[in-house]
Amino acid sequence: MPQPTRIVMPTSAKKGEVFQVKTIIQHEMESGFRRDNRGLAIPRHIITSFVVRYAGGEIFRADMFPGVAANPYFGFTTTAVETGEVVFTWTDDRGDVTTERRTITVA
Amino acid sequence: MRALLSVSLALAAFTAAAANERPVPPRPGLDFQSAETRQMQSDDGANPGMLWVEQGAALWRRVEGPEQRACASCHKSAADSMKGVAARYPGVDAASGALLNIEGRINQCRKQRMSVIAYPYESNELLALSAFVSYQSRGLPRKVAVDGPARPFFEAGRAFYNERQGQLNLACGQCHNDNWGKRLRGDVISQGQTDGWPAYRLEWQTLGSLHRRLRACSLGVRAEVLDYGAPEYLALELYLAWRGEGLPLTSPSVRR
Amino acid sequence: MDGNDSRQRRDAAMIDGAQVSRRSIVCGGLAFALVPALARPAQATPAEMADAIRELTGGTAVKPGRVKLVLPELAENGNIVSLAVTVDSPMTDADRVKSVHIFSEMNPVTTLVRFHVSPRAGKNPTLLTNIRLADSQRVTAIAAMGDGSFWSGETSVVVTIAACIDGG
Repeated sequence: MPQPTRIVMPTSAKKGEVFQVKTIIQHEMESGFRRDNRGLAIPRHIITSFVVRYAGGEIFRADMFPGVAANPYFGFTTTAVETGEVVFTWTDDRGDVTTERRTITVA
Repeated sequence: MRALLSVSLALAAFTAAAANERPVPPRPGLDFQSAETRQMQSDDGANPGMLWVEQGAALWRRVEGPEQRACASCHKSAADSMKGVAARYPGVDAASGALLNIEGRINQCRKQRMSVIAYPYESNELLALSAFVSYQSRGLPRKVAVDGPARPFFEAGRAFYNERQGQLNLACGQCHNDNWGKRLRGDVISQGQTDGWPAYRLEWQTLGSLHRRLRACSLGVRAEVLDYGAPEYLALELYLAWRGEGLPLTSPSVRR
Repeated sequence: MDGNDSRQRRDAAMIDGAQVSRRSIVCGGLAFALVPALARPAQATPAEMADAIRELTGGTAVKPGRVKLVLPELAENGNIVSLAVTVDSPMTDADRVKSVHIFSEMNPVTTLVRFHVSPRAGKNPTLLTNIRLADSQRVTAIAAMGDGSFWSGETSVVVTIAACIDGG
């Protein structure tokens, strides 16, 4: 099931300009090391992969482990190449995929 | 003449009491957080509470139920219609005479105007909508009505605030009036202001309502933890809002 | 060395224990006093971190420098700790960052997160995230460069627990 996300990045940039992208996705990132009220282990449930593609290539990728905080947040930079879609894909360890797209206009 | 004098004396006494019981100046919860937490709150790209605000914006437009209505069907653009609303809450609902906070108002609307079920406290939906509505008052000063029909609720809240509670036998003010700014273990004790709620609490790893925070206070002094939306917490919420009058709203804030 | 380490950890646990009982008097319930003692999972050790680093580098020496890892000196809560890592690199074909790896010596899983950096990231790329830290510890960032070299930066964080916690 897709999870709610938040993406902050410019909608336009000059060609060759480096811009920052910040993303958050809602996910408990259950570490697998916690126990519930009855003392039973809570199964691990984490996002394991976050990939960002733009202008024909991968511009950022993160491999996640239980040490990433709940509601994973990432900030990174990339260069404005051409007008197009930036595609964000998060995949968790149950195979649930969340995909978001943002358009950037490059002049 | 005598009547006038006694009225003005009573008024003066009330003003003096009010001055003493409200921290001067009121300081936002943010002032008592670490530099990193302040940074996280101030950057809308990093503030995790904004996740719920975005969801609230979507829920605002979601048509539901037999009436086929969304919040937006009546209230249109929240940026206009909800601006300053959260700054006036909690308030007394004229029709029912009940004291409602933003969560209560959202659910009253759902039941009475949309004919759909209320969202439970701490559900993602209620957190998202209440954060979204509060967000429309970001930066606007708090100003609640405490007279007229609100007076009994206000007095109940004030009494609850000043009552020693729990096994630790502590009243709210013993920390948040008498000792704010001092340290409790590694933390700086805050004024207990409510300008930033709903807030993303690091400890919870999620957004939570003010009532969730109040329940944690009750637990902390080992008093009875009351239900979400309990009349005592609602009355306290009104008193706390008055106590922090003038503070600009900052929800969704980040708290340790 | 190992013996020393484990004794230090035991001492740390005892200090933790003392803090827990004081905390439960100051502000909190019995539940909080028990949780850290009983539910703390197995921790990685500095040796396991060294193994993980060897696995990454294949034995190539890691040079200190070029990597600036920024974490708060004092984290208010180990659940969410802001991390910023910057690698000095012109990001040219000859000299670029390929990936940045964040390691913990005390968390249950020693690798916290891996960043894969694109050649388009721009000069001296900065990467941001939030990590979890199970305890006060040293955190290490290692950058794998295009030329096969490895560079590292590290910083120590003291993890505290807020005075008023509710375990929820």
